[in-house]
Amino acid sequence: MATVYVPTPLRQATGGRSKLTASGRTVKELLDGLERSYPGIRQQLCDETGEVRSFINVFVNGTEIRQLEGLSTPVQDADEVSIIPAMAGGLDE
Amino acid sequence: MLELSRDQAGALIKHAEEESPNECCGLLAGRNGRVERVYPGTNVDHSPYTYLMDPNEQLAAFKDMEAVGLDLVGIYHSHTHTPAYPSRTDVAKAFYPDSLYVIVSLARRDAPDIRAFRVADGQIREESVIVR
Repeated sequence: MATVYVPTPLRQATGGRSKLTASGRTVKELLDGLERSYPGIRQQLCDETGEVRSFINVFVNGTEIRQLEGLSTPVQDADEVSIIPAMAGGLDE
Repeated sequence: MLELSRDQAGALIKHAEEESPNECCGLLAGRNGRVERVYPGTNVDHSPYTYLMDPNEQLAAFKDMEAVGLDLVGIYHSHTHTPAYPSRTDVAKAFYPDSLYVIVSLARRDAPDIRAFRVADGQIREESVIVR
C-alpha cells in the first residue's frame, strides 16, 4: 500500500484524514482505489475525461506526475503520493 | 482572524516589495489563525498580474508543516497596483476554502496594506488582521 497525503481541501472526502493508504500499480489505479474508499474524491481530482484537473498536482515521491508518465506512472508499495491543489490567482482578464 | 507579529507582517511587505512589479506568493502556517511560520514561495508565473506558487515548494512547505504539527493558516500574495481585495480570478482559483487568502497591497507605497479573506463557494468574507 502506498501512503497518500492530502491537504485540507480534500479532507472533506476523507473524513478529515490527511494520511491515507491506497493500492494500485499506477497512479490511475491508485486514484480508482481512493474513490472506492472515499467516494466523491475523484470528482475533485479528475475531470469528466478522467484526466487530472489542471490545478491538481500529484506527486510520486516528490516528483509531479506530469514530469513522469502521467496517470500511467508506476506506484510501488512503499511510495509516497501527495495530491495537492495549486495555490494560484490573478487579476481579471 | 489572522494574527501576525510585526516581524511577520514586515516580512510579507518586504517580499511583496522585492518581487514588485511581479506578484509574490507564499504560505502562512500556525494554529487558530495565529501565524508561527512564513514560507515565502516562488511565483512561477513571474507576472505582475497572476501568481502560481511553485508546486514543489508548496509540497515541501506542507511536509514541513505536517512534521512540526502546524496548520495551513493562510495563502498570501501581493497586488502591486490594486487594493488588497480578491479579484474574480482569485476567487475562481481559491481551492483552499479552509485557509485565509491574505493579500498584501502596494497600491499605496507609503502605506502597504495587509487584509485577509475567507473565500468559499465564490463568496468573499473579510476577516480581521491583527499585528502585534
